[in-house]
Amino acid sequence: MKVLTVSGSPHYHTEESVSKIMYGVVFSLVPAMLVSFYFFGLAAILVTLTAVVSCMAFEYLIQKYLIKGPMTIFDGSAIITGVLLAFNVPANLPLGLVVIGSAVAIGMGKMTFGGLGKNPFNPALVGRVFLMISFPVQMTTYPEPAAFSTRITDVVTGPTPLTIIKDGVSRGQEISSLLPQIPEYAQLMMGNLGGSVGEVSAIALLLGGIYMLIRKIITWHIPVAFLGSAALFSAIFWLVNPEMYPDPVFHLITGGMMLGALYMATDYATSPMSPRGMILFGVGCGLLTIVIRLFGAYPEGVAFSILIMNAFVPLINRGMKPKRFGEEVKNG
Amino acid sequence: MQQLKTFVMGGVHPPENKLAEKGAIQRLDPPKMAAIPLSQHLGVPAVPVVKRGDQVLCGQLIAKGEAFISANIHASVSGKVTKIDTVTDTSGYRRKSIIIQVEGDEWLEGIDRDQGLVRECSLDAREITKKIQEMGVVGMGGATFPSHVKMMVPKGKAAEYLIINGVECEPCLTADHRVMLEKGEELMVGIGLQMKALGVEKAIIGVENNKPDALAHLAKLAADYPGISVQALQVKYPQGAEKQLIKALVNREVPSGKLPIEVGCVVHNVGTAVAVYEAVQKNKPLIERVVTVSGSSVKNPANFMVRIGTPVSQLIEAAGGLPEDTAKVVNGGPMMGKALNDLEVPVSKGTSGILVFTGAESIRPPEQNCIRCARCLTICPMGLEPYLLAALADKKRLEECEDERIMDCMECGSCLYICPSGKPLLDHIRVGKNRVGKMIRERG
Repeated sequence: MKVLTVSGSPHYHTEESVSKIMYGVVFSLVPAMLVSFYFFGLAAILVTLTAVVSCMAFEYLIQKYLIKGPMTIFDGSAIITGVLLAFNVPANLPLGLVVIGSAVAIGMGKMTFGGLGKNPFNPALVGRVFLMISFPVQMTTYPEPAAFSTRITDVVTGPTPLTIIKDGVSRGQEISSLLPQIPEYAQLMMGNLGGSVGEVSAIALLLGGIYMLIRKIITWHIPVAFLGSAALFSAIFWLVNPEMYPDPVFHLITGGMMLGALYMATDYATSPMSPRGMILFGVGCGLLTIVIRLFGAYPEGVAFSILIMNAFVPLINRGMKPKRFGEEVKNG
Repeated sequence: MQQLKTFVMGGVHPPENKLAEKGAIQRLDPPKMAAIPLSQHLGVPAVPVVKRGDQVLCGQLIAKGEAFISANIHASVSGKVTKIDTVTDTSGYRRKSIIIQVEGDEWLEGIDRDQGLVRECSLDAREITKKIQEMGVVGMGGATFPSHVKMMVPKGKAAEYLIINGVECEPCLTADHRVMLEKGEELMVGIGLQMKALGVEKAIIGVENNKPDALAHLAKLAADYPGISVQALQVKYPQGAEKQLIKALVNREVPSGKLPIEVGCVVHNVGTAVAVYEAVQKNKPLIERVVTVSGSSVKNPANFMVRIGTPVSQLIEAAGGLPEDTAKVVNGGPMMGKALNDLEVPVSKGTSGILVFTGAESIRPPEQNCIRCARCLTICPMGLEPYLLAALADKKRLEECEDERIMDCMECGSCLYICPSGKPLLDHIRVGKNRVGKMIRERG
């Protein structure tokens, strides 16, 4: 008699898999990558490559010699961590620091907790914040964008728009007098501004975000809540005093806002599960970002606000349950 | 064009693979030996009224449903009762069955085997319900709940809508589709009888719009039958689940742990409505049903009219034989069906399909870490958190499982279907449900 397989239902399974999702995210990052290569040249390519290779290498070493678990470096998640870490540092960051950042991101940020899906904090942001605090000078020396740049050293560096505003306002200058130092908004959208490797082009990041939405890799909840609350909150201050507080559009298209809202905050493992929870999480990120940008010591607050909200995720998951079927009986 | 309706919360879109949808219903010969289980319905098994050595006729009562939730069982073949013994049935368990050695095909007198349509019915509501009970009609969508029990509306409740389930949201299955196409008139009369029994004015037939021919056919027929309407639905699994169908059709949510009557609805499958027609108008007990036999490797995917008690192997033989690379055979649809461990098990009242899977199709994706992508939670049609329930059930934290409404889970399989990490979510939840159910019963 033929031996039959007996297993529980369902007997159909989706074509989607962890690695397909991860490579989908990597693919969606390509436009932003190309823009940064265009503006920051060879330096951006080198930083990205170094971060990806070292993230994969550290994951391999830790899996092989410390955890002795199954090999997971090709599931795509280490590549994402690498790319996102590179996107979060200046293009002229010394490559040695990139390697250190990768070790911290993968080692401390991810593998310590058991690897993919088990880490409470976004690994790339753990790496970034570690570098930010340990090497503040290198981490805040941003190269000026220059089309098709092949220079690696001796680049012209300059402050980011956020730094210009922050420093100017703290010196008592009015925003209208500072604006001439900042490119036009259309230029900012394209990515023609000083900043980290991958955060500069709002347009390219939005393109990737839309791709992820269509592929159903992410849902709208976190990005919309994040960007919406940041815009709303900053608009209130702007309306009160436009000479002290920049307008909401400026906030949305500068710094790590787009990268953070679309890629860093939507990281599966470190964001809430239920749609309601995701909205709360996104609103928290948006508010904290603006608070740090306007009143904190740093000009940029995206990374910190996401990490802070990451810490609240278990609590949010506990409190914000999805709407159950039959919960509110509305008959009609 | 009618506007398409659907339920709001969750749902998935598995590949439809309705290979046999064009295959007209073929009548299969009675088997040589029929094993008729005494428990083909939800509730208490029926009690045999025949003994070893008795001669029985087709349609003769052989076991009586004596408890409140139970159903009569009739001989589906004529011949001699050789024994009453335990036999492995489609559930995978050995259960008491009446085994009949088939001799000829003699039918009990009084059963109208003429194909002509009988529209008029002089019986009143109580008599219709009684007839349904007598003829052993149960829900034919798969849950096999005794139909006459659904017809008795509890005191203090009132039925407003009769909902007829022609959704057939399970991939592969086409039995209901063929019934709607080929037995449309009988279906309409059956619905009319059920409406009379329940005392409702409105009946809605819900059909997904991947069956445009059935929709058009039924809409045309329904014009002749007052109170019956046909509603096209978007294709989404599990729309054929009772609570989801009610939500889609009349936008009411059945509260947790309650029955559809709570919101004034009674739901019956199209096959059940046809069985009701045959029971009341033709005096014919439920002794045969339409079964889809399908699968990518099956030579001739088909829909068969089969006597209850026919071994599954005979159906597969009729569809072109068991393919060489078969690794799994499923009773029911691919989402909720049960894998069989034996192909000699008999077809029962709830067998809607027999699906054959090849080796490659039978493999579950390898299990990886949960990446907390929240897909299981987003697609759960009951608004539960499968990832959490599975983890809690695995750790035997049963009180928490209950608080998280594990008993609301209807095991539709959407979570395990969608999980990109191949986590056996539903396996854990099933075990958890079992344990929580036991805990609740012990609490009294």
